[in-house]
Amino acid sequence: MANQSYHNTGRLSRFIVRQDRIRIPVWIISLSVLSFMVAMAFTDLYPTGLERQTIAETMKNPAMTAMVGKGYGLDDYTNGAMMAHQMLLLTAMAVGIMSILLVTRHTRADEEDGRIEMIRSLPAGRLANLYATISVSFGTNALIAIIIGFGLYALGIESMDLEGSLMYGAALGATGIFFSAITALFAQLTESARGTMGYSITVLLLSYLIRAIGDVSNETLSWFSPLGWVLGSEVYVNNYWWPIILTIGAAIILVALSLYLNAIRDLEAGFIPAKPGRKYASSFLKSPLGLALRLQRTGLIAWAAGMFILGASYGSVLGDLESFFTKNEMMAELLAPVEGYSLTEQFLTMLMSVIAMICTIPPLMAMLKLKGEEKKNHTEHLLSRAVSRTRLMGSYLIISVIGGFLMLALADIGLWAVGNSVMDEGVAFGTIFSAAMVYLPAMWIMIGIAVLFTGFAPKLSGLTWLYLTYSILVVYLGGMLQFPEWMAKLTPFGHIPKLPVEDMDFMKVFMLTIIAILLLAAGFLGYNKRDIRG
Amino acid sequence: MSVLKTTDLTKKFGKFTALNGVNIEVNKGEVFGFIGPNGAGKSTTIRVLLGILKATDGEAKIFGKDAWKDAVEIHKRIAYVPGDVNLWPNLTGGEVIDLFVELRGTNNKSRREELIKKFDLDPSKKCGTYSKGNRQKVALIAAFSSDADLYILDEPTSGLDPLMERVFQECVMDAKNEGKSILLSSHILSEVERLCDKVGIIRQGQIIETGTLDELRHLTRTSLLVETKQPIPALGNVNGVRDIVMKDQALSFQVDTDELDNVMKYISQFGIVKLESAPPTLEDLFMSHYEGVGKTSDSGAGGAL
Ligand SMILES: Nc1ncnc2c1ncn2[C@@H]1O[C@H](COP(=O)(O)OP(=O)(O)OP(=O)(O)O)[C@@H](O)[C@H]1O
Ligand SMILES: [Mg+2]
Repeated sequence: MANQSYHNTGRLSRFIVRQDRIRIPVWIISLSVLSFMVAMAFTDLYPTGLERQTIAETMKNPAMTAMVGKGYGLDDYTNGAMMAHQMLLLTAMAVGIMSILLVTRHTRADEEDGRIEMIRSLPAGRLANLYATISVSFGTNALIAIIIGFGLYALGIESMDLEGSLMYGAALGATGIFFSAITALFAQLTESARGTMGYSITVLLLSYLIRAIGDVSNETLSWFSPLGWVLGSEVYVNNYWWPIILTIGAAIILVALSLYLNAIRDLEAGFIPAKPGRKYASSFLKSPLGLALRLQRTGLIAWAAGMFILGASYGSVLGDLESFFTKNEMMAELLAPVEGYSLTEQFLTMLMSVIAMICTIPPLMAMLKLKGEEKKNHTEHLLSRAVSRTRLMGSYLIISVIGGFLMLALADIGLWAVGNSVMDEGVAFGTIFSAAMVYLPAMWIMIGIAVLFTGFAPKLSGLTWLYLTYSILVVYLGGMLQFPEWMAKLTPFGHIPKLPVEDMDFMKVFMLTIIAILLLAAGFLGYNKRDIRG
Repeated sequence: MSVLKTTDLTKKFGKFTALNGVNIEVNKGEVFGFIGPNGAGKSTTIRVLLGILKATDGEAKIFGKDAWKDAVEIHKRIAYVPGDVNLWPNLTGGEVIDLFVELRGTNNKSRREELIKKFDLDPSKKCGTYSKGNRQKVALIAAFSSDADLYILDEPTSGLDPLMERVFQECVMDAKNEGKSILLSSHILSEVERLCDKVGIIRQGQIIETGTLDELRHLTRTSLLVETKQPIPALGNVNGVRDIVMKDQALSFQVDTDELDNVMKYISQFGIVKLESAPPTLEDLFMSHYEGVGKTSDSGAGGAL
């Protein structure tokens, strides 16, 4: 019986590897190259201890701590310490996302589409597919750990010794393994791939936020976040192995639990029950717009809550930041304050661009849902009725644009409400609000690009995500690695005037809006002309 | 010898009872037709038999082994084709067939090539670009190119064209002639009539009839058109006669098949001039069961309306 449940796991693992023969290597190579390049860039940019110490000083503030994690070894800021402080968390999140996508794709997504049914009717054990998926995911993460671990050591950077480097890799691998396990669990609990992915990503983001708040204000809190455990290994500084072992141990328990749940449940069933729905469609549902909104309702509400929490979390560090700036003159000097604006306000501008980019994720998802529906052959049901393509695409666009505005507004309100309650000198709501809303044209351009891809090359629409990722990375890494100015200008977010520190530039904002409109118009034209798949 | 047997099989989804004491039995070398209206519980029964769903109560055995506990052992000797075949969009049909065959462990290369040719499938195309019928062919080829002892087919031809439908029927007959057993769920009655030795009818999670086609035919009525020298008195009071209609000189009516003998004896007294009879079609048989309101097999003869 025990032997039966994992019969043919090996073959299925090989099959999964074959399906992902491009995806997995792309992830491994991108993550490794990113790590190696950043490590080398740090060494080039900050060759002397003195320079690194200066950077350490600028990093010693609550906002940075919230963003990149608690710094260890700030008094002796070696290249290794710098790498672990500024890059480990970001890379770990990326590894987490990779693992979530990989496990969802081969568990619930395959099950939902009826492919696991085919496998299960063959002599493959009841748990074989889950075993196989977990093995492949664990294997991929182990490979990442080994390649990045030995790779960083091989760069021959002075402070990056063998143990520290291996641990850096292990910390990444452990994060991936943990989130593979979380996803495996949600794949049993929920009945859809969307649900599995949604809940797993939520756990990832919550881990980040809990750690952010914990690192700034309450260290115990950070230990409730798996990302807090990983950073707690103090890579390159103290090299504690036990948090890594703890993370992997927790993952193994989660895997055992998901195997157990998989064994006792019916195929295609979950544990989070679906309740019976209405017998009749509400009059609201009976339009393409209503349908599009209904399909994404839960997701949008979850994102809205998430964006509010994101804003609020950033707001909660503003108080600490303010008192920090008043106490720390060297920092004030470094940031070269602009006349008439507090350092907190200057910091806000950077915060705003990050928030604006994260708030662009849900509107892009809403827009690209149109393409997802097409792929599932749902679109033809609508287009075969009295619904024009323009109206259909327009419905998704409306949701996307209004959704984007609401996300930004909610993040903003969260930031302002919590920020003001913890700061001595509050910032006017109008100031924060306009600082956020000025990013709308950049968001529209991103939506426009999604529309353009949907209109002309739906298969390539994933590139929209790549572009957004680039935008985020440029802001995140640009400051650290001193990227040239033009790299930031490659994204629409780089052209937005940084209110309130910079002046409003109506011409620029107007031009960006025009570009967005042109992109949208082109996309609509393309969508009206091309074949609908399926 | 019984290859597949369920005993009082019951399956509940929450409070909803999808299967309520289902008993079916398929013997070696037999083609068993499993029919019933939409949502009756055919697919659910099949999925319990595949060990994909766990029975709430009762027993499901294949080759004498428990369908849930010994799923892997059982699956080495069975092949399954669902009505809705979903495949990996970025793998080719050929790759998927090989995967399925490899997972089963038995390998019949020449049979694979022969079937691909017979079903006229291009195995180098990606599954994402196949039409519904072509996806179904992939599953059928994978199933019939394996040396299974039992084939479980759930509406396997719902997307096939008539030509391919015939190829499919040949495959089933070949398998049957080799002494293999087949459980075939289908809505295509002509297919069932041609292929099946035995039929089970399920409605609302309960088997309402089961037996050979001939046995089942006895449960329906024959239509008669009779012209007699003298008028037939009180025909309506004779056991088993229904739906009497005057047509010119003749009478048209229906007779419960097991009362046919008595009815014929009765009317022959009045001098038969003309007699036409139409045997019950399978269609009639099924219709009467599909539409029936709550009548089950224990109501005995004429289990209709
Ligand atoms: N996972 C499930 N949860 C709740 N009810 C279910 C589930 N699966 C099936 N059912 C219900 O069980 C009943 C039997 O379904 P089943 O799929 O077995 O029907 P079927 O006889 O195969 O019908 P069809 O001819 O349409 O294929 C239906 O009423 C169906 O709604
Ligand atoms: Mg069915």
